[in-house]
Amino acid sequence: MSPVLRFTLNGHVEEVSGIDPHTTLLHYLRQRALTGTKEGCAEGECGACAVVMLDSDPQGRAHYEAVNACLLLMPMLDGRSVWTVEGVARGEALHPVQTALIEAGGSQCGYCTPGFVMSMFAHYYRSPRDGVDNALGGNLCRCTGYRPIRDAARALPQVAEGDPFAIALQSMPSSLRGFEYRAGDVTFCRPSSLTEALRMRAEQPDAQVIAGGTDLVVDVNQNRARRPRFLALDAIMELRTFHLTEGVFVFGAGLTWNELEAKLRGRVPLLSQLVPLFASRLIRARATLGGNLVTASPVGDAAPALLALDAELELASVRGIRRVPISEFFTGYRQTVLASDELLTAVRVPQTAPTLAHFYKVSKRVLDDISCVSAAFAFTLDGEVIRHARIAFGGVAATPVRAQNVEAKLVGQAWDAASLHSAQQGLRGAFAPLSDVRGSAAYRLALVESLLEKFYVAVRP
Amino acid sequence: MTERPRGQHESAIQHVTGGALYTHDLAERMRSALHAWPVQSTHAHARVTSIDKSKVQGRTGVHAVLTVDDVPGENNTGPVRRDEPLFPLEVMYHGQPVAWVIAESEDLARAAAAEVVVHYAALPAILTLEQAISAESFHTAVKRIERGAPDAALAASPHQLSGCLHVGGQEHFYLEMQAACAMRDDSGELLVHASTQHPAETQAVVARVLGVPENRVVCQSLRMGGAFGGKEVQANAFAAVAALGVHKTGRAVSVRLDRRRDLTITGKRHPFFGRFSVGFDDQGRLLSLIMELTSDGGYSLDLSEAILWRAMFHMDNCYRLDAVRVTGRVAATHLPSNTAMRGFGGPQGMLMIEEVLDRVARTLDLPPDIVRERNFYQPGDSTHYGQTVRHAERIERVWHELKADSDYPARRAEVEKFNVGHMHEKRGLAITPVKFGISFTATFFNQAGALLLVYRDGSVQLNHGGTEMGQGLHTKMRNVVVRCLGVSPDRVRVMPTRTDKIPNTSATAASSGADLNGAAIQAACEELRARLLPFAAELLSCAEQDVRIADSLVSAGAVGATLPFSEVVERAYVARVPLFCAGYYRTPGVHFDPQRGQGEPFHYFAYGAAVSEVEVDGFTGQYCLRRVDILHDAGDSLSPAIDLGQIEGGFIQGVGYLTCEDLRYSADGSLSSRGASTYKLPGIGECPPVFRARLLERASEPSVIYGSKAVGEPPLMLAISVREALRDAVSAFRRGGTVELASPATPEAVFWAIRA
Repeated sequence: MSPVLRFTLNGHVEEVSGIDPHTTLLHYLRQRALTGTKEGCAEGECGACAVVMLDSDPQGRAHYEAVNACLLLMPMLDGRSVWTVEGVARGEALHPVQTALIEAGGSQCGYCTPGFVMSMFAHYYRSPRDGVDNALGGNLCRCTGYRPIRDAARALPQVAEGDPFAIALQSMPSSLRGFEYRAGDVTFCRPSSLTEALRMRAEQPDAQVIAGGTDLVVDVNQNRARRPRFLALDAIMELRTFHLTEGVFVFGAGLTWNELEAKLRGRVPLLSQLVPLFASRLIRARATLGGNLVTASPVGDAAPALLALDAELELASVRGIRRVPISEFFTGYRQTVLASDELLTAVRVPQTAPTLAHFYKVSKRVLDDISCVSAAFAFTLDGEVIRHARIAFGGVAATPVRAQNVEAKLVGQAWDAASLHSAQQGLRGAFAPLSDVRGSAAYRLALVESLLEKFYVAVRP
Repeated sequence: MTERPRGQHESAIQHVTGGALYTHDLAERMRSALHAWPVQSTHAHARVTSIDKSKVQGRTGVHAVLTVDDVPGENNTGPVRRDEPLFPLEVMYHGQPVAWVIAESEDLARAAAAEVVVHYAALPAILTLEQAISAESFHTAVKRIERGAPDAALAASPHQLSGCLHVGGQEHFYLEMQAACAMRDDSGELLVHASTQHPAETQAVVARVLGVPENRVVCQSLRMGGAFGGKEVQANAFAAVAALGVHKTGRAVSVRLDRRRDLTITGKRHPFFGRFSVGFDDQGRLLSLIMELTSDGGYSLDLSEAILWRAMFHMDNCYRLDAVRVTGRVAATHLPSNTAMRGFGGPQGMLMIEEVLDRVARTLDLPPDIVRERNFYQPGDSTHYGQTVRHAERIERVWHELKADSDYPARRAEVEKFNVGHMHEKRGLAITPVKFGISFTATFFNQAGALLLVYRDGSVQLNHGGTEMGQGLHTKMRNVVVRCLGVSPDRVRVMPTRTDKIPNTSATAASSGADLNGAAIQAACEELRARLLPFAAELLSCAEQDVRIADSLVSAGAVGATLPFSEVVERAYVARVPLFCAGYYRTPGVHFDPQRGQGEPFHYFAYGAAVSEVEVDGFTGQYCLRRVDILHDAGDSLSPAIDLGQIEGGFIQGVGYLTCEDLRYSADGSLSSRGASTYKLPGIGECPPVFRARLLERASEPSVIYGSKAVGEPPLMLAISVREALRDAVSAFRRGGTVELASPATPEAVFWAIRA
């Protein structure tokens, strides 16, 4: 028997069965006449479909996260609580974020407004609140120019005593259950332990693994991609751990980027630099560290940073666990060494930080954009002399890639204008990037050299 | 006079609660509606040799595959020229809809559309403006505006330079994509809900395609989630498909495009290619300007002709040109048909002359702001098309007030100091002006109607011909009723725009919505007021001229007795006085002779100026907008809050146009920037941390409703200051001389400009 999907919507229990697992929450809401949630792009770029999910962090504490409803498949909702724009006012009494938007003149055509309301709602209850631009970076508005929306978010009052949404945060959300849901010819499995997941992976190697879904569901929406079987990792708590062991930070591959940011607390500066530039807060609420690696996009932002940090990846299967240096993980365009029965379970980053490190991302827009070229540099110096150098790029080859020859030549040299110059020469012709909508091959080639110089100028005493 | 009501958008509460409905929301709530999905061309230019529906015909849930055989009327939706077949036998661009599948759900329709097999015989395609120019592929003959003796003046000028500029297009990216939903109404006739700026034309096109008289079709535009010109004519075809679906299936049919369909099917702002030769003196005064403009019309004419004229009318911006010749032509390419977008050709014309002035200034090594000032129109001057520049003194007033306000001279010095101290980052600062002509240049569009209904309890329904797309038109129009009739805002309900209330309306476009409809509403209110005054005077025992009506209260003078408005209304009703009234307005005096290139196409001009400061990273070409100051002339604003929203929003949309919004096509003519992930509009990170917009004071425009001015389009062009600030920063990386900067000035474009 296929289970009934059960979740809470605006405080009321919804039970769903027979629905195609490819159905997104956005579609479901609109079919249910909750049309306040809008479709603007169906790829997680515009935030018009933002809703709020009550999420629990790995310690079980509850908090609100705004997420894109267009990127959530219905079975992923099971056991969760969701609020839409229709559910935040109490009768005639508007929610403080709604009042703030009205008072600041934050709506014109109104189509993006529900999404802004929901991103601001999550921001309102966040403690401490982060920067407004960061909180709203995943929402696009074509009418206002953002100034009044930014003012509205800045003018939000403190959360009032007795606020029902604040009170709701004091109870612990229940953990997600495992299930195997079927509708028509499609099966959606959600194991609740790693052991179970690995067994399923071994038995059904063709099942589509889905973590946050922020890449996969874009394909579902944009290209009508269909899969007969899904293996969802979102209920596996073992994949969301974080610890420091024997000088290595071990990140669970299922940590979302928002969780990762909270865990890092600046302890891996290179990663902390990258997080605010990674997609948008709406995406980071669902996208996972592991997902960004196994999708093996040549412009995935995590890989260059992790390449520069000499990260190791833990790949697990029923056969056991193996560790692979990230420099050996990517084998071709959207291809990795991951075997058909394996899951990426953890990312290991040495605690010892490089002396000098920086992450750069070149894109058309500051926030919520995909890299044309990204670069991560990590040098360890002994006095003036380079003892260890890592130079990694995204967007210049079929995979994220290190400039190993150049790195090797730098070791033993002083980090000065002469070694910069010879490194730049070494980078010339090291890659053969493509021209695409994000930038020309010539620009990418020029950036490879120029970003190294930017790093040199930034870190030189 | 009553107090001005607050500027809050009349639908603000619905916006923030999700209660504001858009066309597709209506369809989603209608369980019986069928859904449509297009079969799109996979060629940029080809003959359709056959359409094979056999795989999907008869499939459960698939109701129809609409093709040309299903059209009972005319298979053409072209708004000006009949050159847009709804179902083409020859496809003219990659992505053009060839057929439409109607099915029980959107997913079924989409899946079936992928299985309709279309056979093509490929034909050669023209995919760029440059290719069209060299192949002499044009929609129009050459248009010309000329004054003085530009050739002789150019030859006699102490300095001359020539150049060219390609200005890229811009996607509207209204957040609500194209949508229509058609059904039979209670009397069995067609009701079409459409996200359209021009319900009357949508109605007419639907009637044309179905072959029925217009009175059998009602079109309603409830509200739009943004339009920006993209729904001025291009909404019509989707409404026609929905209506045809109803005709074929007898069921309600919803058409809505997802973002990729919208991006690949609909037209954009016109790319322009301009060549110019300019003669100037040592002071940077323009002595002659010869300019040749070619726009990329795409596959059909659409509104390209009027857009080209507006570009030619605006290639003067704020500058007096005594010896000038501008010629223009619309090129025909195998791309989606480019269409109206906020500014309607004005931005492209203005960009050209601002390009010219910057090159002149940098050639002479003079500050660009000084060169601009030296060329400003003076009171009494006329444009190259022979229209007096009314209120020309406002150009200098706005300019100098803004320079002082924004602390321009001191910041110029700061920028230079910063640039001396920084090798790899440079700042740029620029001020640019705007003059924008208000009116439809097609004179007959400058008319509007309103229908005011007063009920016995004193509440009011307002119908007018304008559509609400976020610009706050309904808010302003409600304010006109409040002000003119004296009722309180909560007693006025603005009705959805419908063709069975006001017929033959013009598009809500050309920034003219408030001017035209406001004046029509005012006429209706004044007539009703005149009908009510005798009863008020009688009830209050005072003279008619002493009656005051404000906030739904009627009083005799400032301190006399007071009655509720409803009491006066009831008295008038009992006395059998009609409590409804139509209002009508046409703009006086506008005319233009396209043969001579002379006339007065505009009712008046709107002015403004902006100062922008940027910082550019020399390593990557990436930049940030540090501060923006704007002073804009909205006359005596009908709603300062709404107008500031238009100014700021228009400005940021212009920033996107000139910086990050980059339309890219593949070699086969398909759009590669076909989603929000590849076509980047400004996000909150692009909004400058210091953003000060202000309305010009003492700026009444006596010939317009309550002294106001149109504000929808002009502020977009204030963003030219950002492009010029970027150029200023680029020049700081280099040793003087002119700076060629592509448009849009993406980080990559800026990078190459630095390295040029």
